[in-house]
Amino acid sequence: MLRSIQLRAGLIVLFLALSIFFLIPTLVDPLPKWWTKYLPTDKINLGLDLRGGMHLLLEVEVQKAVESMMDKYAADIKDSLTKKDIPFGKIERTPDGKISVVLPDSKANDRFNQVRTDQFPGLKVASFREAEGKFLYLLEGNPKEAKGVEESAVRQALETIRNRVDQFGVTEPVIVPQGDREILVQLPGIKDPQRAIELIGKTALLEFKLVDDENSLEEALKGNIPPGDEVLYQKVVDRDSGVVTRRPYLIKKRALMTGDVLTDARMRIKSDFNESYVSLDFDARGARLFDQITAENVRKRLAIVLDNNVYSAPVIQERISGGKAQITGSFTPEEASDLAIVLRAGALPAPVKIIQNVTVGPSLGEDSIRKGIRAAFIGSLLVVIFMVAYYRMSGLIADWALVLNIVYLMGAFAAMRATLTLPGIAGIILAIGMAVDSNVLMFERIREELRLGKTVRAAVDAGYDKALFTIIDSHVTTLITAVVLFQFGTGPIKGFAVTLSLGVIINLFSALIGTKVIFDWINMKKQLKTLSI
Amino acid sequence: MGIELLGKTNINFIGMRKYAFILSVIFVSMGIIALVQIWRGQANLGIDFAGGTAIQLKFEKPVQMEQARKVLETSGYHDSELQHFTEGNKLLIQVKKPFEAREAKVSDRIVAAFSGEFKENKFIVEGTTEIGPKVGKSLRDDALIAVVISAIGMIIYLAWRFEFSFGVAAAAATFHDVLTVMGLFLLLGKEINLLLITALLTLAGYSLTDTVVIYDRIRENLRLRPKDDLGVVMNSSINEVLSRTIVTSVTVFLVCLALFLFGGEVIHDFSFALLFGIVVGTYSSIFVASPIVYEWRKGQKIRIRTKR
Repeated sequence: MLRSIQLRAGLIVLFLALSIFFLIPTLVDPLPKWWTKYLPTDKINLGLDLRGGMHLLLEVEVQKAVESMMDKYAADIKDSLTKKDIPFGKIERTPDGKISVVLPDSKANDRFNQVRTDQFPGLKVASFREAEGKFLYLLEGNPKEAKGVEESAVRQALETIRNRVDQFGVTEPVIVPQGDREILVQLPGIKDPQRAIELIGKTALLEFKLVDDENSLEEALKGNIPPGDEVLYQKVVDRDSGVVTRRPYLIKKRALMTGDVLTDARMRIKSDFNESYVSLDFDARGARLFDQITAENVRKRLAIVLDNNVYSAPVIQERISGGKAQITGSFTPEEASDLAIVLRAGALPAPVKIIQNVTVGPSLGEDSIRKGIRAAFIGSLLVVIFMVAYYRMSGLIADWALVLNIVYLMGAFAAMRATLTLPGIAGIILAIGMAVDSNVLMFERIREELRLGKTVRAAVDAGYDKALFTIIDSHVTTLITAVVLFQFGTGPIKGFAVTLSLGVIINLFSALIGTKVIFDWINMKKQLKTLSI
Repeated sequence: MGIELLGKTNINFIGMRKYAFILSVIFVSMGIIALVQIWRGQANLGIDFAGGTAIQLKFEKPVQMEQARKVLETSGYHDSELQHFTEGNKLLIQVKKPFEAREAKVSDRIVAAFSGEFKENKFIVEGTTEIGPKVGKSLRDDALIAVVISAIGMIIYLAWRFEFSFGVAAAAATFHDVLTVMGLFLLLGKEINLLLITALLTLAGYSLTDTVVIYDRIRENLRLRPKDDLGVVMNSSINEVLSRTIVTSVTVFLVCLALFLFGGEVIHDFSFALLFGIVVGTYSSIFVASPIVYEWRKGQKIRIRTKR
């Protein structure tokens, strides 16, 4: 008997010591130096709902990536045909992601087919029509290639967003893919959510395009946009009044250069105006390209376009070699610095859409924790008092089991680096309820056995034995539920399932071993004639 | 011995099953109406299921509700919902329109409108939630799938430990409780959201434990008194564990009461669901779970696994 008591007591103390060991980083602040050097320093991980922060679910609009692949094909076809002097009518991407090609005569048609099979084997003819001596093609891309583009768009978007967040400086961000085309971003403790959304959600497609000065902007604004042109706007902020206006530009659609040639982008401040701008550095290819573009278009205006917004459209005064440029606009220093970050991290391969945004301010999170802990404390206190009032000394033993349970549960949380959320607290409440219930079950059984006139020792043993299977049954059914919820649930439901499963397992231990050992020990010390229960 | 709330009781619970069934049918139909309303999109779904925008603002000074409502109306959000937490001068604004990421954001526009109107009374944005319609649907589906699978797992385990009828009846009693609370929420016009689902799961776990405890005693007594009528065995079993049932319910009720009173606005409805659910869960394990088995198996020999 003694040996068994010692063994069980040892187990309880061991687990208690382990729990406290893992809880020390949460409870002691700051930790002593020798501790941080060799021992774990993870605090109990609080979910965003408790510590405040931002939870974003982004959908990568992968079809846009496929569309831009087809756009590129259309441009390449045009280039090849122009190079070979093959006449062509219209070549453009259709809204459903195909390319329509119109050829004026049969000679052009033959030569086009040659080019198509030689240079664009990936494109299949979806339909072909001959009408009024013209030849009309509808070309479609390879579905496998499209799938590849979609997958790499998500992968690249993930990488780019990770880069941006890293440079923005957030501690412990979570950036993971979810499903086929979604990305989950969690930024704990973020102070300025709006800025973070701008930073993450910006496509940051930087393009250099020529302003069309040969055609009339007025006509274009009336709706007569010349082919190959588009109207884009610049946001102009009046320095004195702060009024924002939109200035239109007639711009040639074809991008001469894009942001993928950037090696660096930095926020700078013009000393004489105290105005922020972003300086750009190009790689060798970009420098060569920029040199060529500026040389060919002196006196023309070159628009710097970011995500279809014109930032500036300076007149090219002379050929610019050296591979540097700058983006000016009416930036605040933060805007300029964020723009530099997104340009450095690179453009997203496709736009992203925010489909879920849950932001909890730090004050609300703190409020939830404070009130949650206070409520849990008052609740536990009520239970503790009730148990002692109802079961006297035995109630005290049940209270001991309750304390064991909570300490073990918190310790397990810290050790497993699980995340405690608000629904998780709900799970703890259910676990506390079950812990109390286990004791009530046993005590009621013991009372029944005592009523039958058994000795204290026999009543305790019989009570435990008989209650054992009931406790196991109720715990296993709950555990089944919890495990399934963990496996199939998402978000808050998962948080609930984690605490509940842990709670159930720990509760089995503390109910079956934690309290019984005390009864046995008391029984062994003094042969009780009556039991306070 | 300590206090005893109940001495030895001898209540004929099984005999009361007719009245209990009538009551339960009313409860469950309310719940089914709630489910249909949810499915039709007519119920008061939280924005996590319906999609939309929620903003919580914390003001320095008390806020006049009329003024706040006027701000929302002039900025074009007539159909938004406004909730006022006097403690801490908080306002919760919910716009249950699926938000479009491309448009000017609803939350920005509301915050701007409030900053214009409440110049004297500064506020901070404590939290915002924006859920797209697709996400709401997938959250709803995931929750449903998880609940159904866990119910199946539970029936299988109880069928193995007891008998098939016990498993089904336990599941029925559990769904009874969940539906009843949902019906109540619909009746009171309270919001059905993801946090309520968590509360319902907690409640399901609690109610199930309660049911299993009674089943366990029934099984034990069936083994001890194989000759007795099923109804008699059930009645005495329920009576024997009645004090345990009451004591456990009281303690869990106390914990939830503390949450309800002191837990803050975020979990207010959550703890309300639990408080009510505990009462229903206790009722169902006595008046629903065992009587269903009785109606199903009365007059037949019950084959309970003799080995534990």
